[in-house]
Amino acid sequence: MRSSEMADEVTLYADGRSPFVCRVKIALNMKGIKYKNMEEDLQNKSGALLNYNPVHKKVPVLVHNGNPILESLVIVEYLDNVWERVPILPQDPYEKAAARFWAKFIDDKCIPALYKVFSSKGEEEQVITEACEQLQILEDELELKGKKFFGGDNINLVDIAADFIAYWLQLLEEATEMKLVTRSKFPKITEWAEGFVNCQVVKEMLPPRAIMLAYYKNRFGKI
Amino acid sequence: MADEVKLHGVTGSPYVCRAVIALNLKEIKYEFVAEDLSNKSADLLKYNPVYKKVPVLVHNGNPISESLVIVEYIDEVWKGVPILPQDAYEKAQARFWAKFMDDKCFPAVFKAVSSHGEEQAVGEAHEAFQFLENELKVKGSKYFGGDNINLVDISATFVAFWVGAAEEALGIELLPKDKFPKLTEWSDNYVNCQAVKDSLPPRENIVAFFKKRFGKA
Repeated sequence: MRSSEMADEVTLYADGRSPFVCRVKIALNMKGIKYKNMEEDLQNKSGALLNYNPVHKKVPVLVHNGNPILESLVIVEYLDNVWERVPILPQDPYEKAAARFWAKFIDDKCIPALYKVFSSKGEEEQVITEACEQLQILEDELELKGKKFFGGDNINLVDIAADFIAYWLQLLEEATEMKLVTRSKFPKITEWAEGFVNCQVVKEMLPPRAIMLAYYKNRFGKI
Repeated sequence: MADEVKLHGVTGSPYVCRAVIALNLKEIKYEFVAEDLSNKSADLLKYNPVYKKVPVLVHNGNPISESLVIVEYIDEVWKGVPILPQDAYEKAQARFWAKFMDDKCFPAVFKAVSSHGEEQAVGEAHEAFQFLENELKVKGSKYFGGDNINLVDISATFVAFWVGAAEEALGIELLPKDKFPKLTEWSDNYVNCQAVKDSLPPRENIVAFFKKRFGKA
């Protein structure tokens, strides 16, 4: 317990539907950190958000005792530095580097490739192939690790970074009636996803299925 | 126990240079394994199967990929000159700006260079530079890291060195001094830091590279 914990003021500028915001919420929940949630209307961003994040004007933004921290994975690492209980990153420098590598891979390669499939209405073979290639890399990593999560027996930075794949992707597939991650093609990812969304600290933070389905149906329609 | 440190790279890469600067800052002895990117070594493909790119740091047989991940690893394993701030909030700020370099700045600069200074592309690069200019103004210090270089300065190596080389090679202006006085001053100081000076490739090589890759026929 941090000695100044009683005086800590933690505010999260959020959009409950966002997987990036959810990463931060999972981390906050894991560590049992009390915070105030400020839900943003992204069509009408608050003055506070624009003040705290003039560069990107995006959520999530975490404000800790008046200091803003931006970028979901930067925020998660910050929380891990400041609140040491229930560690999110491995202790060992090499394993820590590996975790950062995989989290970055998910952000730089996986998620963009997946979004492209749905935003291009699944019409381009090449786009689907590319997305499946990235998923296969994750599938192989899970196979190699042979554990329940990327973090081993417990979730870590990588699992949190991959939250989109565990939950949002499935709802996107359902809304657009386009399946990428089948159990037969990606058994490890399927199993991992089921385990991840059933973690207590994760379950409590996920937005309701109905909300995401409605949002995706509206945004992408049937493919 | 003797540490074995190898860095797979190419001398012309600003990403590889980040790792070299970090190694030199900490005075780490290492072996530079020069790669031919048109004929990658079996080792490189084994060590970085996901991206098949440089730089890759191999420490006692353990490979680490992605330049900023490598720099943070180096900072954690070898004490001495610190690369990241100690304070958690300042650390988060440094990581934010390093990410900004890669996510916004670099792509904008690349577009401006590859389009031979096309107006809109240069405009976008200037937008990115303006954030850096403002940050230096607000900080009021010699470097993004204060009196000494840190992760942010290192991540911005391409701005300090590669941009100037591209300007010369292609006869375009990307970083005008009158518009970005702080960033220009920072660049001049940065390339004169000992650890950086020791790490940069010869300028004429980079100029030649840009002429060859992007120059008009």
